Amino acid sequence: MKILTTPRMDRCIGCHSCSLACARLVHKQFSWETAGIRIQSSGGLSSGFVARHCLACDPPPCAAICPTECLKPRAGGGVTMRRKLCIQCGACISVCPVDAIARDRNGNIYLCIHCGLCVDFCPHDCLEMRKGDEHITEEEL
Amino acid sequence: MNPELFRILVVDLATGRGRVENIDGRANAVGGSGLAALLFEKYGDPVRPWDDPDQPFILAIGPLTGLFPLMSKTVSSFKSPRNDQYTESHAGGRCALALRFAGYDALVLQGRAAELSCLNIGANHLQLKSAGFMAGLDVVAAGKIMRRMFKENSGHRSMLRIGPAGEKGLAIACINADTYRHFGRLGGGAVLGSKNIKGIVIQGNGTFSLPPDKEYPRLTARVHAMVTDTDMLRKYHNLGTPANLQSLNDISSLPWRNLQQTADPGIKGITGKRFADETLLRNGACAGCPVGCIHIGYIREKFEEKDNRYLYHQVAYDYEPIFAAGSMLGITNAFDVLRILDVMEKVGVDSMSAGVALAWAAEATEKGLISEKETTLRLRFGDTACFIHAARLLGTAANPFYQLLGQGTRAAADHYGGTDFACVLGQEMAGYATGEVFFTAQSLGFRHSHLDTGGYSYDQKHADKDVQAAVDFLLADEASRCLLTSMVSCLFARSVYTEDVLADCLRAAGYGNLADNQATLGDDIRRRRWRLRFASGFRPEAITLPKRFYKIETWKGPIDAGYLDRLKKEYGKRITALTGRTDV
Repeated sequence: MKILTTPRMDRCIGCHSCSLACARLVHKQFSWETAGIRIQSSGGLSSGFVARHCLACDPPPCAAICPTECLKPRAGGGVTMRRKLCIQCGACISVCPVDAIARDRNGNIYLCIHCGLCVDFCPHDCLEMRKGDEHITEEEL
Repeated sequence: MNPELFRILVVDLATGRGRVENIDGRANAVGGSGLAALLFEKYGDPVRPWDDPDQPFILAIGPLTGLFPLMSKTVSSFKSPRNDQYTESHAGGRCALALRFAGYDALVLQGRAAELSCLNIGANHLQLKSAGFMAGLDVVAAGKIMRRMFKENSGHRSMLRIGPAGEKGLAIACINADTYRHFGRLGGGAVLGSKNIKGIVIQGNGTFSLPPDKEYPRLTARVHAMVTDTDMLRKYHNLGTPANLQSLNDISSLPWRNLQQTADPGIKGITGKRFADETLLRNGACAGCPVGCIHIGYIREKFEEKDNRYLYHQVAYDYEPIFAAGSMLGITNAFDVLRILDVMEKVGVDSMSAGVALAWAAEATEKGLISEKETTLRLRFGDTACFIHAARLLGTAANPFYQLLGQGTRAAADHYGGTDFACVLGQEMAGYATGEVFFTAQSLGFRHSHLDTGGYSYDQKHADKDVQAAVDFLLADEASRCLLTSMVSCLFARSVYTEDVLADCLRAAGYGNLADNQATLGDDIRRRRWRLRFASGFRPEAITLPKRFYKIETWKGPIDAGYLDRLKKEYGKRITALTGRTDV
């Protein structure tokens, strides 16, 4: 299964369309924070942008530590999530090596499920769904 | 979010405490421009002076902010130090979405902090932090310090700050919004300075429910596709607004050398294409806008004579700053324009006002009205080094001359002479020497902005001299723009947000009543703004146009003084009628 990758973040203009789309379409929220992909400036706007999102660990430590099986390993990397099983313990946040899991004020967690819905909302083609081992495509070579 | 009530954070800077107020009035005030006027009516006083601590500084967003693409601007309102009258200034950046996700429709600052301070607000915090150590810091340095002081929510926060110009109370001081955008005109920087506020951090760390209408996600995708998959907005992200430099020069409508010319072969060095080909590093966007119209160029400076030691800065450019620091000053090299703009950015002055002010100073020097005694270096059109030097002195109010010039070109011209060529149309002119309609539109426009109405566009399409038709256009255009600046949409999106699309968006967002009343809302809000402006002292007949504006030639030929005067008289009469006043 493919995963969300961000191979062309040097094109990012910081519009947050991806985050807003993820929150709207996946997590049913009006937010740029409770989303599976979140855009940060890297030391002020002059330094460009970075995307915080799940890098599809395989096996994923967040699933390993989840006490309720809310998060389970996903084929191809990353996790699947069953929100109704979440008890808002936050353990997954503490083990995520790339700080990719967001949490709202009620303790609910939000992460990328690699659905790819955000990709079409990026105006500069920064995002792409790829197989986990396709770090560099033939085209890029 | 409650669609009926405005949720306002009112902060008393004297105590550092605030309160959340839920205010009725959405049905008439909408948001943005309308909300800002409503809040000034509630918290401000049209008569007391602009720097009275009780006068509010207001930031307002609209019902569609963040919900649809390009609904990404913030309206600030205050009494202007330029004319002591009610006004607005608009900015992009992240401010609008940060305020939305902080959970507020508006922020109202009242009072004056006891010492220089930064205000930090978010969905669940309010903090006024002493920042005396930031006194005199330029805008770039202030941004770096603020990022260290307020580390949370990188990427989801907005940082507004002022430079020395704002601290010194200059009427041309701007408020920098997120490095590359500005509440530029009419002295908002001085208003924050008078309140002892060096910076404002707005952290958008809240999360909200989606509008319940099932159509909303589909409609968002449709509008997103309109702005990204079609050529409707391509001009804004391709060359951007600087594309107009060549076209306006071609029709003899680009002000050069303090409007002594309207075209010049030197244009080839400062066209939009030249900037893109040689200086453009990358594009940026306001949060919530996939267009990405922000053009960021660079300058590189060798700082050691013998060795290869360089520094570089990133400098945003647009049509208006290039006009102001380029053609208006006789500068014909793109990198030189950016060098001057870089200094203007740092000291925190509105580049349009500062460029026009320095252009006046250069001509006043040519005519012997002022000399190095005032300017310290002899100002000459085309001399980049002297304008870099002068921009720094201007923004820091380095001597009595620059202090006065920082209050506006007209203030300096009244003192030193040269009012005939002080290129002021209510405030320093925007870069359109297109003709009589624009000169009328800016000089009597609500915020003396080229964005109040499309007067510059009307000039380029109409060679006739039909006063009624031109004024009818200005009035209709103002009302439609006023509706958009109440949503708050970027005006670049006015071709996207037609009446039908806007109605769909408002309905999907739960504002069906606003959708149904579009036809009257824009007009109602602009009347409300004008009533405040008149109550604070505006009189159309008090605005005079310097002789320079009567002496130029455009593609239509020489300016027709009679037509210009008739336009001005009629537009002034019609604006006055909007307020219902009979005492002026």
